[in-house]
Parts: sequence; C-alpha cells; structure tokens
Amino acid sequence: MFNWLYLHFRAFAHALKRLGGQPFGTLLSALVMGIALTLPAGGYVLLDNVAKLARGVSGKPEISLFLNNDADSAQIDTIRQTLQKEQQLASVRFVSRDEALQHLESSGLGDVLGGIPSNPLPDAFIVTLRSDDPALFETFSAKMREWPGVEHVQLDSAWVRRLAALLELARTTMLVLSVLLGLALVIVTFNTVRLQILTQKTEIEISRLLGATDRFIRRPFYWFGVLQGVLGGLVALAAVWIGIDLLAVPVEKVGKTYGVLITLAGPGWRESLAVVGLAAALGWLGTAISVRRHLWGML
Amino acid sequence: MIIFDAVTKRYPGGYTALDEISLQIAPGELVVLSGHTGAGKSTLLKLIPAIERPSFGTIQINGQNISRLSRRAIPYLRRNIGLVLQENRLLFDRSVGDNIRLPLVINGHSLKEAAKRVAAALDLVGLSGREKEFPAGLSGGEQQRLTIARAFVNRPSILIADEPTAHLDSAYAAEIAEIYGSFNKAGVTVLVATHDISLFRQWSPRKIVLDHGRLVEQ
Repeated sequence: MFNWLYLHFRAFAHALKRLGGQPFGTLLSALVMGIALTLPAGGYVLLDNVAKLARGVSGKPEISLFLNNDADSAQIDTIRQTLQKEQQLASVRFVSRDEALQHLESSGLGDVLGGIPSNPLPDAFIVTLRSDDPALFETFSAKMREWPGVEHVQLDSAWVRRLAALLELARTTMLVLSVLLGLALVIVTFNTVRLQILTQKTEIEISRLLGATDRFIRRPFYWFGVLQGVLGGLVALAAVWIGIDLLAVPVEKVGKTYGVLITLAGPGWRESLAVVGLAAALGWLGTAISVRRHLWGML
Repeated sequence: MIIFDAVTKRYPGGYTALDEISLQIAPGELVVLSGHTGAGKSTLLKLIPAIERPSFGTIQINGQNISRLSRRAIPYLRRNIGLVLQENRLLFDRSVGDNIRLPLVINGHSLKEAAKRVAAALDLVGLSGREKEFPAGLSGGEQQRLTIARAFVNRPSILIADEPTAHLDSAYAAEIAEIYGSFNKAGVTVLVATHDISLFRQWSPRKIVLDHGRLVEQ
C-alpha cells in the first residue's frame, strides 16, 4: 500500500514537473480548456440566475377559485375548511364579491360596471401552492373544479409552464454545448499527452527495458491529464467569476429601471467542485485514449 | 540456467537472424559471444529479456519458458536481467544518480534502500561523488560505466552486455571488461557480445561463435 502511494506520489510529482517545465505550453493548454469550459459553466450559472430572478419578479403562481353567484355562506365555509385541510397549499385568501368590486373600482375600471344594476362579480378564493410544479397545479385545479359551489377555476400557471419550457430548452442547449465542448477538451488532452509521449519516448523505452510495467509508465501521463484538466477547470471558474463581477453593476442598473433589485450569484462550492471534477475527469479520459493509442506499440 | 532449444529468429521479410540455435548457459558462467557484424549476436542477446521473440524453438530461463511469455509478464522477467545495450540509452535530462535510481524506483525499493544501492553501484564502477552530475558531462567510458551501474543496481542474476567496449580506447575497454569480470566472480551470469575477446581472456570465459545466424563454436 505504501509503495503504491509512493508510486502515485512520484508520478504526480513527475507530472507537476512536466507541467512546470513548460509554463507557456501549460498556460496555453489550460486557457484552451478553460475557455471551452467557461461557456457551459457560465451558461449554467446564467440560467440559474435567470430562474431565480423570474421567480422573484413574478412571485408565487396562484389559482383563483370563483364560486357560483348563489353560493351561500355555509358552502363558502365548507370550501374554506376543505382548502385549509390541503397539505400542499401555501396560503388561502378569501376575496368577497364586495371586496372584488372595491378593488376593481380603485383600479379605475369601475366605470365598466356602471350600467349594471347589481354586483356581477363572484366570491373567490385565491390559493398558492407550496410547489411551482406545473403538473401539480393542473392536478389540484382539476380536483377543485369538482367541488360543489365552484363555478370556475382559473389557473395562473401559464407563465410557470412557459418559463419551465424555456429553461428546459436552454438547459438542453447547454447540455449539447457541454458535450461538444467536453469532446473538444478530450481531444485537446489527447493531443497534449500524445506530444508528451513523443517527448518522453526515450524514457519510456528505457523504463520498459528496465522492467517497468504498463501501469508504471502510464501513471505519470494520467496525472498529467488530470492536472491539466484541473487547471482548465480553475481557469473556467476564474473566467465565470470575472464575468459575473463585470456584469454585476450593469445588470443591477437594468434591474433598477424596472424597480427590481437584481444580484448575480456565482457558482457555489458544489458547482465549483463539479466544474473542476468534470474537467479532471475529461482530462483523464483524453489521457486514457491517448495512452492506449500511442503507448501500445512501444517495445 | 539459460536454455536455447532450436531457436530460430526470422524477421518480417524473411531475413533469418538466428537459425536453430541450441545452447545452455549455467548459472555463474561468463560467456563471450563473438562473430562478425550481422552474425546474430545482438539478436541472441535480445531474445533473453524478450526484447525480441523467437519465431521457432523455446527459451528457458531458470526453468521458465519465456518464448511465449505474455506482455504483462515481461517486465518481471526484465527486472532480474541487467541490460547494457549497444547504445548507452541514458536519460540525459536526469542526473547520474537519477539514472541509476530508475530501476530501483521501478522495482519499488524504498528511498533509503535506493540511496544505499546507488552509492554502492557508483562506488563499484568508479563514479563515486558524481551522483549529481549529468551524463552529458561524462566521457564515453564513464557513460558506459554509468550504464553498467544502472544494469547492476537491481542485483540481477543475469547481466547482458552488447558490445560494451565498442568506441572505447583500449585502456577504458580493459577497465570495463574488468568490471564485468568482477561481477561474474560475484556469481552473476554474464553474457557479453564483443569483437575483442582478448579483453576478457583473463577471466577464462566460455566462447560462443556465431556465423550468419548459426552456432559454429561453443
């Protein structure tokens, strides 16, 4: 076990030395990989911010439950009690027909009802759900439509569905982009490791003659690929943070013109770890393919 | 014990480098392989650490048939064989000490043990105190000594040298031959391919002569 760890430590040190021995090349590779990763990483951060912003601006989606005009107070109480028993509801608010009329008049639309002798507006319940899941809204609305005394259920979830669909589309686009750029990253590592193998051809051949196993020879290259991936991931994270820093003030200004406070959030430690981990994994994959392809024929 | 049984080596294209060679080399023997250029000396030596594989026949080393040894098993065979090939094949970007240390690292020796063995190997070949120097700063003869130190540092039971004294002046060549002779005295099986058998005469070696891939004298 100690020997195995020592061999890994040695391979790690060897890879570090190789990376440090050609700082310009290492920097270029890290930049290429970093830029390739910045687009999907930045895209996901942007999407996350947009989703949070949309929720914040629009508030919680609501369901309006309009009652029959002839619904009496007993029916209204029964509906209220039924609603209050529902676990998935976040809030229930009763708006009487008189309140609705007052609200309409105060909003400047009172003239519309001027010619009508009696208040045509129904009593209503405005409910919000704990979840934003559009499917849940549909299920719950369908259930309420069946209740006695309920005339009409108006689902205020169209925007939720629209937003969810748009975010889904953007996420899928980002996924496709991530796969393509990930592939580019694998190719970059493949080529860098190929050049490393060619540079170290003599050392590889000598090591083989001295009894080095395939694993012994491959190990430093794997560390090289992983370290290069990690460097690329760190460059991508730095680029995303710089981007957020640069955009923060202009975005805040735009938000102010709409009376909304917009604060851009960068990737958290989980997302940051995921970016670096993914970059390392892609570096490993590129190395694995390159090593298999180029080391096999040597001695 | 090294046993060649009707070993033939034929290269792609039909060139026969060795033709039905059968011989036995006992443990602790000093064998000098001789013959003109292209006689098959290098090929014969390369068959022992499985750098080349026989086309026909079998080769046994200490009871193990290595003729069809799997790729994975070859490194473990080579760890027990010290190799000095025609080209010195040194790592010129590593120090003398690092060059000698490489087989020990491959073999998984501890740093402490490796340091001890490197110092002993340097002492044995007369390069003490030059551990931190680089091979490019050594003369041809010193580079040859460095290669020998690297081949021997793992304390192999078999030492193979292909033209170790080529390109060296007679004084250096005699010193190198003496190093091989001393290894053999210590019980190591030594196989040397050389054009100059006289260098090894004082060690009373067994002489094997090849001609166009055939064994003509042993």
